[in-house]
Order: sequence, then C-alpha cells, then structure tokens
Amino acid sequence: MTTVANDPNADLRVIGKSLPRVDAAGKLIGLTAYADDIELPGTLYCKLLRSHLPHARVLSVDTSAASAIKGVIAVITGEDIPIKYGIMPTSQDEHALEYEKVRFVGDPVAAVAAVDEETALAACRAIVVEYEPLETVESIEHALLPPSDEPIHDYAGPGNVHRIGALEFGEVDEGFANSSFIREDVFFYEGNTHLPMEQHSATATFVGDQLTLWSSTQDPHYVHRALARVFDMPMGHIRVVAAPHGGGFGGKADPFSHEMAVCKLAMVTGRPVKCTLTREEVFYVHRGRHPVLMWVRTGVSQDGKILAMHFRTALDGGAYGSYGPASMLYTGALQTTTYNIPAYRFEGVRVFTNKAPCGPKRGHGTPQPRFALELHMDKIAEAIGLDPVELRRRNYVKPYTRTINHLRITSCGIEEVTDLVVEASRYHERKKRLGHGMGFAVSSYMSGAGLPIYWNKLPHSECIIQVNRGGVTLYCGATDIGQGSDTVLATVAAEELGLWPTDIRIVSGDTGLTPVDLGSYSSRVTFMAGNAALQAAREMREILVSAVAEKMECSPKDVMVGDGKIGELSFEEAANLAQERHGVLTARGSYTPPREIGGKYKAAGVGPSPAYSYSAAVVDLDADPYSGEIQLNKVWIAHDIGRSINELAVKGQVEGGVYMGLSEAMMEGQLYRHGLHKQPSMLDYKSFTFFEMPEVETFLVETVDLEGPYGAKEAGQGPLLPVIPAVVSAVHDALGVWVDEVPITPDKVMRALDAKAKGREGRYGPKSFPQISYPPIVKVPPFDASSTAF
Amino acid sequence: MSDIGSREILKISVNGQNKELLVKPYATLLEILREDLRLTGTKHGCEAGECGACVVLIDGTPQLSCLVLPGQIEGSEVTTIEGVSDGGKLHPVQQAFMDHGALQCGYCTPGMVLSSKALLDANPRASAEEIKEALAGNLCRCTGYVSIIEAVEAAGRAMA
Repeated sequence: MTTVANDPNADLRVIGKSLPRVDAAGKLIGLTAYADDIELPGTLYCKLLRSHLPHARVLSVDTSAASAIKGVIAVITGEDIPIKYGIMPTSQDEHALEYEKVRFVGDPVAAVAAVDEETALAACRAIVVEYEPLETVESIEHALLPPSDEPIHDYAGPGNVHRIGALEFGEVDEGFANSSFIREDVFFYEGNTHLPMEQHSATATFVGDQLTLWSSTQDPHYVHRALARVFDMPMGHIRVVAAPHGGGFGGKADPFSHEMAVCKLAMVTGRPVKCTLTREEVFYVHRGRHPVLMWVRTGVSQDGKILAMHFRTALDGGAYGSYGPASMLYTGALQTTTYNIPAYRFEGVRVFTNKAPCGPKRGHGTPQPRFALELHMDKIAEAIGLDPVELRRRNYVKPYTRTINHLRITSCGIEEVTDLVVEASRYHERKKRLGHGMGFAVSSYMSGAGLPIYWNKLPHSECIIQVNRGGVTLYCGATDIGQGSDTVLATVAAEELGLWPTDIRIVSGDTGLTPVDLGSYSSRVTFMAGNAALQAAREMREILVSAVAEKMECSPKDVMVGDGKIGELSFEEAANLAQERHGVLTARGSYTPPREIGGKYKAAGVGPSPAYSYSAAVVDLDADPYSGEIQLNKVWIAHDIGRSINELAVKGQVEGGVYMGLSEAMMEGQLYRHGLHKQPSMLDYKSFTFFEMPEVETFLVETVDLEGPYGAKEAGQGPLLPVIPAVVSAVHDALGVWVDEVPITPDKVMRALDAKAKGREGRYGPKSFPQISYPPIVKVPPFDASSTAF
Repeated sequence: MSDIGSREILKISVNGQNKELLVKPYATLLEILREDLRLTGTKHGCEAGECGACVVLIDGTPQLSCLVLPGQIEGSEVTTIEGVSDGGKLHPVQQAFMDHGALQCGYCTPGMVLSSKALLDANPRASAEEIKEALAGNLCRCTGYVSIIEAVEAAGRAMA
C-alpha cells in the first residue's frame, strides 16, 4: 500500500499510524459477546412464524394449539403490537407481526416465547393461519401495471408505485440541442444482499417499566425511537444497546420484527426473551441492494464536454418502504459529484413487489447508477474516439465548487486517484489481445448524510469524555459494526490527550449510557462522531493542561502533551490534580453538518454531505471467449481518504469494499421465482471465497479535508463503487462485447458473444426502459450562492 | 456412549480439560460448545456447513462443528478459540491477525484462526496458494481476505 500525503510534516503522534484495532484482543480470543452470545438468567427463546405466501390476506390466526404445548410461555400475533413503524417518517408501513395481509415470503405473522428454541419452533408449526392468496407482483414492469386485485399497500400509489419524482437542474433541452453527440443506454443492476456473517439476534428485558433491548443493530438510536412509537412508551424508559456487531453493511439499519417481538414478549412474560434468526430468515429480512433498471441519455460537445444528462431509474423496492424514498433519490443524486454536468434531469420511481424488502446496502442507491454512468461514459468515449480516461478527465469536478444539484464539493482528489491507478496499472500501455482486458472507473461517496432520517435539530453526533481515577472513558452513540468506529474514537482522544488508543475505554452504541449519535450508516462515523470526539478531547486536554500549568506556575502553552505525560506530570497525576480542583471531569463535543452543503428544494435532503471521498479503480482480467468465464488478475484501487485516522483500518475498509464490489459484480444476486427466494442459503447464494479474490494494490490519497477530523473523510463505502463498472469495462476490453447488467456471469458474456457472432450488436442487457408516467418535472432554480463562498 | 432417556453421555476433552457431558444425540458439537459449555467464542453463521464460522479443531483437524454429532467425537480432543492463546499471551496466529488488521467485525475470526493454526501446525511455510486452499471454506465479508493471507504468512514465519 502507498499513501500520498499532502502534508508529510504534520506533527501527529498516533493519527495515521497503522495500529491494531482497539477491540481486536477480545475478538481474537473468543471473549467478545455478540448479540447471540448474551445469555441472561431465565431467558425464553422466541421464534417467528413467517408467511409461506408472497401476497395474501390474513383471514385468521389460531394460536390455541400452539399455546397448549408444554414449555410454550406466550404466543403473540399482530393485534398485540398494532402500531406501525418504519425507518423513515414517510414509510411507517410495517407491523411487527402482520395481521391484515402478508406481502412477501417471510413476512412474520406470529411470535412464540418458549423454554427452548425447539419448543418455540414446534409451537410455530402448530399455529394455524388462514390466508386468501392475492396476485404476486414479481418485477418492476409488473408493478407498473394496474394491480389485478389490489395494490400491495394502501398508501402511496398509483397502484404499486411507492415513490416517484422528477427534477431538472439547468437547461437540459438546450444542452441536448447544443450537443454534437448524444447517446442513450439502458442498464440493469440485479439486487443482492449483505450476507453478514452474523445472523441477527436480539434479547429484551422489561423490568419495572424499563425496557432494555440488546441487538445486533447498526442504529440503536433509530431502533430506540421505533420502540417508543410502537409501545407508546416514554423515550426515557427505553434503552437499546448495540451489541458487538458481526457485520452490517446496511443490513442491520432498520428496526426489525424480531426486535419488536422480543420486547413485547418480555413485557408479556416478565422474563428475558431472545430471538436469533436462522440464515434463511436473514435472507428474508434482507433490506439489501435494490434491483434497478436505468436509462441514461447524455449530450456532449465536440471536445467531449458533457452538456446535458437525463437519467431515469426504476427501483424494485420489495414489499415495504424501508429507506426506499431515500434509496430512490440516491439513484439520481451523486452523478454530479464526479462529473461537471451543467444541465441535469432526473426521473425516478420505486415500486412495491412481493419480495423481501430492499433497503440500504454499502453504497446505498449509488452503485447501480454508478455502474450505468461509468459504462455509459466508456461507450461515449468509444463512439467519439476519445480515450475513456481522457473523456472523464475533461468532465471532472473541481475542488471547492457547487454541483448543478446544489451539492457542495470541498476537498477532491479525483485527479490524483485517477493518476495513481492509471500509472500503476500501466492501463494505457496494455497490449490488445483477445481474452485479456483492463477497465477503469471512478466514483465518489458521502462522508455522512447531511440530514438525519427524521427531521430534528439535535446534533448528529455527540461525545462525552470522562476522566476519572486517572483513566479516560469516551461515551459515544456510534456503533462499531466492524468498520472500526471505536478505534477511530479512541485514536482521536488518544492523540489529543497524549495517550495510546488502547488507553481509552470506549462506551458506544448504548442509548441508555451514551449521548445521541445517529448510527453507523452513510459512512458518517469518522467524520461526524470523529469531530464530536475531537471537540470533547480538546476541551478535556485544556482542563488538564490548565491544572498542570497552574501547579507549575507556567503558561498553558508551555505544557507539552504526549507520551503519557502532561507537562512534567504523568497523565494519571495530571488527571488526579485536575479532579482535586474541579471535581467530576467531563468534556463534551457535538457535531452538526453545516447548513449550506446542499440545496433547499424538495428532495434536496438526499445527496448533501460535509465532504465527498473519491475513488478510482483499474481491473485487470482474462475473459474466455469460448466459455465466458472471467479470471480476475489484479485490482488497483486509489482512494481519497482526506487523511487516515488509522491507516491499517483504512486499508481494511478499502480492500473490503473492493471485495464486496467484485463479489456482487460477478456472482451475487437475490433471485426469486413466483415470489419464492431461489437460494436462501450460503451454499446457493454465491459469494467470493479466498479463491476468487485477486491481488489488490491500494493507494491512499490524503487531501486533508478542511472540516474532517484531522482532515479525514470516509472509507467504508466509496471504494466499492468503481470496481463494479471497471469489471464490466474490462470484459468489454477483453472480448469486445458489452454486458449491461450485473452480475456479469459467463452465460451473459456468452449471449453477448453469440449476438456478435450472428451479426447483431455484441451486447447483453435490458433492451428497453419501460414507459413510466413520471410526474411533471420540477424545475429547480440555480443555487443561491449569496450566503456562501461558492 | 450409553443412552439415558433421550440423552447420551459424551466424553471428550475440550481445550485440554476432560468433560463428561449429558447431551442430546442429535445436538451438534456447535450447540454443545455454545449452549452446554457456554464457550461462545465458536460462532454460527449458517448451521449448515456453508460458512466456516464454527470451525474448531478435532484432534488437530479443522472441522465444521455445526455438522458434527456426538457419536462422531467420543474420546476426541476438541480445541476452540478459547483454547488457542497461552494464558494472556496471544498465539502467533492471533498476534499476526491483530498486527495485520486481519479482522474487522471479528465474527469469522475464531474459525479463521483455527483453520490457519491447523494449516501452520502442519506446514508453517505454507505458500499463499496453500493458504487460500486451506481457508477457502471460511467466508469473510469484511476484509476481502487480503489481510488474512498476509497475517497467515506472517504467523507462519513466526512459527517456523
């Protein structure tokens, strides 16, 4: 790995070093207690009965036989938890247990608490549900037709439309009229799932009006709010603890049925109740990548400058709203953060189908349009005879500019990341030969969403640092889902307090103990919780330094902090000195993104971020012209990280993103037949093993963002994005055919080759984009820059 | 092994300690470890032999504990992740995983460490290809495997 730093002389002791994670030891010796490892005395075990039909009215649920089974303590149905919930205010469309109708195979209708799982399962089998089947809606095209009996939901619409919108920025028609070349393409991105290694698990207790839930959740704050709503309880009577987390990737970012069920069963039985999903259930709970159909039309000038772009998307949302309204807008929001698009029209629709609900997966709504956009750029370059890298360079955004859809671009290493991968891979020196190819792509991602999921004015992240008995404890609501958020917080505090990261005790993701943080999603933790921790740590440093300065009778600026010392005193002595003078030692920090990072139009809430990361990738592969099989040789990835808080952790995030991108580009798909999941097991749902993973060479670019903590930006999601189009582009380079659909599997490659051999267009992919009645286009006025620098 | 109602007596050694357990004949070793012995360091990701999270060593050989029944292991020596480190000192494989960032969420880590240990006990000079071969049954969704290979190579050098 290579790091290109803008300020190699920065005087930092622990920031940027390659240090082990602060939580590594417990995980390595098997002592870390994940959600399913928590076992409270007297625990009852919960199982959910799930629908075997994709769409049906629930006529009756008879639990009498189940309740009579020895060892069954309680059985609940939907009417016991009648209040609906959903992660977004506009999608409060889920019952913990459905009692009016079921909308996908796996929709829960009843829950049992029993002395053990076997008994709970037997009780589930004894519950008799009478259903009246309804039409199964299986695809985007199907969902756009008028329903033959009734829509899946009784809100939104028309029919099975969940959300639909149309926006225009700048003069798009004029841009196309002035273009010397215009191209249209259609793409499809198949849905896929997060496949975290850990199955979701939750345990609840209800003692003296206090409800406590331990869960493998990424967002304890949002789960806490959902519990307060569903059980109509004061926020102060609820505590949600995010247990050490066995992988999220967006899949544990919604409030879930099993969490609601164990809470209700704990209230009913007075005992701790635990529910751990089976692997099959994890596939049904899903909330993963939306299947998206895309159509894009772009006009360019003679010298390859984009003059206008029109982007249409249609998302298959599955059975519930989840993050869908945001997901839909994300398919149109970040095209502008890599390329300067002076006129841009976006039309998007999300439909309901009778499949497991989709939601946010790593990259949330942006990998699909990024795949389409990058291949579209390749095709334009080929058509106008420009090198694909050169075409992109001519359109790259510049640092400290404003996009046409009002997004504020600050630090931007897009040129640097491009240079690094293109040079290291010798992309332009590659020898053309059949069966070998290289592909290039570039991308950008947010360092945290600029707005919370529900409207409120609380800070997005808060930290408390307490110094007590000579030691440091940092309290923050951020949740370590494996990405290293605890390590980031400890490293920031250690840097400011002159300690080592493992000297800092972290209490995180516990809504009963830690101040507000919105959770681990949208790559927000390093930037937002990092800034909150930095503010708190600097305040604590000042308290300690001034106490030492007073004792030493010197100026605070002469008190050096570092290597476990504050001035002449050890940290412990300084801490005790300050505590003697002030009593309880706490310092606080909070972070709210600046207001001017985005626009003020309706739908402007999706896309703004205090900073954007930039990534570029080159993929080298062999593609067999006789079998369509693809052998990955190497990936070069460069990422504008702003600054690494922990270089080893950043490298891990980048490599993990490359892996996840490759795996979903080449083999992952959440596929259905007549509403039934075709492969709800890890054997049938293919993902990369050690064998498929190629060599990865990683480059980090440190652009040192002016607002990020020490200049840091995100690493968790961005590096996945360019990898997917780069694979498909490399296959085209190798075989001369386009596969405009992922996953790119050998059969699709062969179909494209067959088409070419028969004299047709050498392409596999969707032939057309459906006719969709988008609403009248909302023309958004230009950004009002009077209140900001740009 | 003798039946007592629907239970059987199972004699095994776990992390060097002899155990005499009363178990269901159809309980998996994974369930016996996690539920009867409360050794929850052994993880479950699928309970169908697909993911490798539950790997333990049985007489030194990595096995998927979710597919092992009591009748198969009478008298065997089982090593779980709790039995790998030497008191407070990490095993070279664990130390290398820590130093090379070869874990993130950590959920696949116990299985990865045990599969790696078995490989390196037999062949500390294992090549990258041999490492891939030995670990191909262990899935990881976080790391992209790159740092795990680096860690196992480093651990092999430390153990050689």
